[in-house]
Amino acid sequence: MDAMTHKATMSAADPVTFYGTEVASRLLLGTAQYPSPAILAEAIRASGTEIVTVSLRRESGAAKAGQSFWQLIRDLGVKVLPNTAGCRTVKEAVTTAEMARELFGTPWVKLEVIGEDDTLQPDVFGLVEAARILSRDGFQVFPYTTEDLVVAEKLVSAGCEVLMPWGAPIGSGRGLNNPYGLRSMRAHFPGIPLVVDAGVGLPSHAAAAMELGYDAVLLNTAVAKAGDPVRMARAFAAAIAAGREAVIADPMEVRDMAAPSTPVMGRALLGS
Amino acid sequence: MTSTQTESTEKTTPWQGANAMRVRIVGAGVAGLTCAHAFAARGAQVTVIERKSGSGQGCSWYAGGMLAPWCERESAEPIIAELGHESLAYWRASVPDVPNEGSLVLAPPRDLPDLKRFSRRTEAFEWVDGARIGALEPDLDGRFDQGLFFPTEAHLEPRKALAALTRLLVEEYQVAFRFAADGCSEVDDQCSEANNPSREVDDQGSDAKVADFVVDCRGLAARDTLTDLRGVKGEMLVLYSTEISLKRPVRLLHPRIPVYIVPRGDGHFMIGATSIENDERGRVTGRSMLELLGAAYALHPAFGEAEIVEIGADVRPAFPDNLPRLRKRGNTLYINGLYRHGFLAAPALARRAAEVAFDGAYFPEVMDEDHRQW
Repeated sequence: MDAMTHKATMSAADPVTFYGTEVASRLLLGTAQYPSPAILAEAIRASGTEIVTVSLRRESGAAKAGQSFWQLIRDLGVKVLPNTAGCRTVKEAVTTAEMARELFGTPWVKLEVIGEDDTLQPDVFGLVEAARILSRDGFQVFPYTTEDLVVAEKLVSAGCEVLMPWGAPIGSGRGLNNPYGLRSMRAHFPGIPLVVDAGVGLPSHAAAAMELGYDAVLLNTAVAKAGDPVRMARAFAAAIAAGREAVIADPMEVRDMAAPSTPVMGRALLGS
Repeated sequence: MTSTQTESTEKTTPWQGANAMRVRIVGAGVAGLTCAHAFAARGAQVTVIERKSGSGQGCSWYAGGMLAPWCERESAEPIIAELGHESLAYWRASVPDVPNEGSLVLAPPRDLPDLKRFSRRTEAFEWVDGARIGALEPDLDGRFDQGLFFPTEAHLEPRKALAALTRLLVEEYQVAFRFAADGCSEVDDQCSEANNPSREVDDQGSDAKVADFVVDCRGLAARDTLTDLRGVKGEMLVLYSTEISLKRPVRLLHPRIPVYIVPRGDGHFMIGATSIENDERGRVTGRSMLELLGAAYALHPAFGEAEIVEIGADVRPAFPDNLPRLRKRGNTLYINGLYRHGFLAAPALARRAAEVAFDGAYFPEVMDEDHRQW
């Protein structure tokens, strides 16, 4: 089997499933901050992404006045994951989610309840509460959370079938701040799709997340604010595919050569 | 610098003397007025129709008035800078009070990466340190360690500039203005009559040609015809303070909330502007004001004590690529999609529109028909 055929087989046989919906691309893209909707559309096409997040809170206005932008996004033929970005209270998040369901006709919602205005760190208490309310109401919730295992456990019991821990604060581009925490989250929730959401700055960060065994990566700023967003979208798609291939390929273990396991013998002495 | 090619196949008419070109311009914002100027300067008889009661009262009213082609390179395509340089020269020559003080781009210490990114994507600036910032803007002395200074840029007060331009058009070029009293329905009829927009039915019921060319400069209202236009809301406010003075526009970078402050003279400062993907006019949110005021306060605490003189919002017309377009359908020209670049792009587009009408010129950089509907 040549390399190309192998790759095609690989990706065709390796979808990720969110709430029963299979998608082939493991890159989820946010739609904010691009230089223009035209560049956004091109970046989405270049990335091969099948799911885009759309923030409702600000663009909606009083009379759902964001229609023309949302129509541009609908026209791209990708699945929309409405986002409660910018919501600071449970009530706001729930109201925004309800509006999103009506507007986009989807039970999916990326749930953000922001607890800190500067770092945009999630308010995990409000998050769990909102997730419980929304799940009970038939929503399929994608919660933006931290790597805290107890919070994750509570989100799962609230009805979440996907978890989205941060890599680093939103828009910081710092990569995976706590790889150990992310690894233990993977180990604790082997059966739940895990998505690293936020903080990813470089394709190598995304590849690292995939190598930890994460199912997908969600990012926005790293592509939107790149000098050439379309090219950067392509770079992320390649990195995520590479990281996924690597984890399936079962990488070698790191070996500590500084601690010899056998006596050093039979070796010529050099430089004496 | 701009490629122009005249379509040799198109027969051009000598629009001279009694055969002066009659042009009807719909919309008296920055696009309509600069267009009136460009046509009138070439000898056309120009009538401007506007549904509001005066000129410049659409989204031009809320513009920042920064003439900053270099700074705009940070997020806009090269064509914006190209049009911007031409427009900058136009404003300097056409209206009074265009301070050539350049512009200043600053960032708080934590957001220096944004300053570096800004510098990578622009040119014609110098890095300035704290001392130099203090020399340029004494009231900012000691507040910032690093910045970018764009010495060749300028700014203007949009409302005064458009009022001056209107006077110039009336007094020097005998341009006729028909404001609200003439009714907006006429404006709408004029343009919805897509097949024959230069004709209207006169009192006797006969079909009379009233203009050789119609130029539609209606902004977002032209969405009835240009269906891929969308609105991008912008909110602004005007502060009054005698405790601080600035000579030039200052941009304060922030990863999520970039803000600019433009001195308007007499202690007035315009703070702008949000950029929100919706087409809702008028409504201003608390969050937006928090962001704008927060940024102003970060620039200088004196803004915390400033008086809020005005809060405003309007909707910028934009095409999907956020680039302006000049279109021609028969004898109707359309100038639209100026987005955040009204003052920066309008004069250059107006000049091209006149050349399209008079000379049969074609400007691929703004006339390529690459949108869905075309």
